[in-house]
Amino acid sequence: MKRFAQLIQQLELSNKTNAKIAALVHYFNYADDKDKVWVIALFTGKKPKRPIKSALLKYWAIEITQTPEWLFAESYTNVGDLSETIALLLPPAENTSDLQLYQWIEDLHNLEGKDDDTKKAFILNAWNHLETQERFILNKLISGNFRIGVSNKMLVNALAKQSSLDSAQIMHSIMGKWNPYEITFHELVNGVHVNTDNSWPYPFCLAYALEQAPESLGDITAWQAEWKWDGIRGQIIKRNGELFIWSRGEELVTEQFPELHFLVDVLPDGIVLDGEILAVQDKKVLSFSTLQQRLNRKTISKKQLEDAPIGFFVYDLLEYETQDFRTQTLSERRKILEQVITGLGDSPVILSPVINCTSWEELATLRQDSRSINSEGIMLKKLNSLYHSGRKRGDWWKWKINPYTVDAVMIYAQKGSGRRANFFTDYTFAVRDGENLVTIAKAYSGLTDKEIKEVNSFVTRNAIEKFGPVRTVKPELVFEIAFEGIAESKRHKAGLALRFPRILRWRKDKKAAEINTLEDLRQLLQSTL
Amino acid sequence: MALIEFTKRGIYCKQGDFYIDPWWPVDYAVTTHGHSDHVRFGNKHYLCHTLTKPIIKRRISEDLNVETLEYGESITRNGVNISFFPAGHIIGSAQVRLAYKGEICVVSGDYKIEDDGITTPFEPVKCHSFVSESTFGLPVYKWQKQEVVFNGIQNWVNNNISQQRTSVLIAYSLGKAQRLIKNLAGSVPIYVHNSIANLNEVIINAGVNLPETIRIVPEITKEALQKGIVIVPPVMRDSRWIKNLAQPVTGICSGWMQVRAHRRWQSADAGFALSDHADWNGLMEAITATGAEKVYVTHGFTAAFTRFLNEQGIEASEVLTKFGQEDDEESKVDLVAQNESKLP
Repeated sequence: MKRFAQLIQQLELSNKTNAKIAALVHYFNYADDKDKVWVIALFTGKKPKRPIKSALLKYWAIEITQTPEWLFAESYTNVGDLSETIALLLPPAENTSDLQLYQWIEDLHNLEGKDDDTKKAFILNAWNHLETQERFILNKLISGNFRIGVSNKMLVNALAKQSSLDSAQIMHSIMGKWNPYEITFHELVNGVHVNTDNSWPYPFCLAYALEQAPESLGDITAWQAEWKWDGIRGQIIKRNGELFIWSRGEELVTEQFPELHFLVDVLPDGIVLDGEILAVQDKKVLSFSTLQQRLNRKTISKKQLEDAPIGFFVYDLLEYETQDFRTQTLSERRKILEQVITGLGDSPVILSPVINCTSWEELATLRQDSRSINSEGIMLKKLNSLYHSGRKRGDWWKWKINPYTVDAVMIYAQKGSGRRANFFTDYTFAVRDGENLVTIAKAYSGLTDKEIKEVNSFVTRNAIEKFGPVRTVKPELVFEIAFEGIAESKRHKAGLALRFPRILRWRKDKKAAEINTLEDLRQLLQSTL
Repeated sequence: MALIEFTKRGIYCKQGDFYIDPWWPVDYAVTTHGHSDHVRFGNKHYLCHTLTKPIIKRRISEDLNVETLEYGESITRNGVNISFFPAGHIIGSAQVRLAYKGEICVVSGDYKIEDDGITTPFEPVKCHSFVSESTFGLPVYKWQKQEVVFNGIQNWVNNNISQQRTSVLIAYSLGKAQRLIKNLAGSVPIYVHNSIANLNEVIINAGVNLPETIRIVPEITKEALQKGIVIVPPVMRDSRWIKNLAQPVTGICSGWMQVRAHRRWQSADAGFALSDHADWNGLMEAITATGAEKVYVTHGFTAAFTRFLNEQGIEASEVLTKFGQEDDEESKVDLVAQNESKLP
């Protein structure tokens, strides 16, 4: 358990991906194989059996430390985590223990069905054998989740580095069905329980943003124009009777989208589709915020399925009849793709339409209306282009529409990092809500160095309050904030959250009284739903 | 009549007509220690411990009018007997004992119970009323012995050196820095920021035995720094200077590092729970040892700590002060230190 406790500590302290991966690799190099299986299980959301309620843990801790309940509550407020509060409150352990992580998990498992006295005796004894950080782990095993910023992809990269196996294969293996109580580490990473050959994805072809006028691309007839969808880029694979859905983040997300599982019955074998996972109703694309309700969930409720039905807008064909199709031209790929998708009939898998138009001006006009169909602009793909791996300038362009904007006033400032560590560069903005100001976004970028210096000196002179590194400033400076979307949010006081906010420009011409109101944003939210 | 009252200028002794650690300028300020939230510019007279005198002269102004006392010594002012006892917080820190017509009050400033190896250790003083800080007045703050913490720091440093990383410890120039130097000296060279080197000079001149350190100047190579320990004040945190070192890793030494959320909030690579303030047990131990009938709780978790004392049968009340801001990375003193010593 000591090794795992140390790993958690390292992972928590670093916010650098490379450092986290290094810590994981180090761990996988030295830890017990049975422990490794559990670490993979815990980090991918598989919980061990939890035979004890967390309320009991708290109660026992209060009892043996004779801490008044209100003082426990005060401590909890300061620490912010129940498992940790308990671990810190307890007196130092009188003994040590060399039990491994998996042994603790097995011991906990064996407590199932036992009476509370037996459980209590076990826990009290355990606490008396563990250091603070180990106690914290034990408490977490019983009552919480390890939220330490390790994504599936990070975990897979570490395992790939450590085992010299291919990362896509490992991703497939750990995302498959397996039981941590039974499988060995070797079986798990080698994917004995799955057929990893079937799931191989291709690298996505990516587009550059079009910054020049589209006319510079030459004759429009050499190009295919499509709507640019604002969803999750996805690759759907069917090989040997198995279906896999990969996201752009190179995560296997098959289980998250049951609406697409029918494809296993209707798609021909040996096929790979490229497209966009979207919230779709009556063949119409819904807003990204609707789709968001369906992302990164371990379980999906019936209500979520109803509120945010998933569809897949297909725009490319990478493999067909088990042949790599990426060396065919776009027009050839599209021809076959249309046949395949038309053959599916009525389904949530929809051919992403090609926009028919004969001039750039006409396309530019159509583009203005992108938002009305929840598109964020236009994709331009050269008809005779092959499907490239990654980003390659020239053949694929994204021609996005201008972002939404709002005028807001700065109310908090915080120092940046790196080159800007000595300047206040991270700002929080607010809009008016009646007499009050309510925060709507935080943004880091968008000002020139000269402007940053100016704002910095304003913040230094007009700081009202300090909260750690944050300064409350006089609401005076108005900025135009650009953003890509708006969604309801219970987490934010404003009740809504902006997507990808950034500073467009400093509106020195405007006064704080002239900024937008929360009502303005609410109306925008309503209009996009 | 009580010996002290809490006014908007600070803790005031009416009978003696003087203040203790006032935050607005007064005629006569008794000073517990040299941290910027306890001693400010502008008082006509200062009374402090012998070792605090050169520190505040260096940090505030050479022109200060300062009287000094040793621990155990006393003077009388308007009939009030004033004496100093070790507070164990930083070099020169003192608890101020006031005695008048049989009534005894102790203002402890900041204190810690553990002997840190460089500060005269805390000594409990019997009194009727006691003014206590409560910086870490929650039972989740219980320190490990400093040997354990320093072993942890030393292992961290050794590990960094073996991996060609530069170990940068963030510590207050006054107090924490000297404690680190004293307890980490011996294995590898210790390099210190100008503001720390300046204070070290003052402290050594005052007769304190401090291990040798090297002032950071532009001539010192990154390779040399990588093989040693670099100590800088909080104001240098996230600075470009640190980022330009050879694979820098930063470690923050503060009691707040006891809690994960605080460790994660700081953008450091390591956190070491090392504090110059008493932990929960230390506060309780100190207060019990005074035998005080009345406890005034200042800066920290005042509400919770006061309530707990009252529930334990120790009469306590909360007092609002301006203490406890030395933790601020931008305290005036540190900014001064930065200006007088731009690093290479």
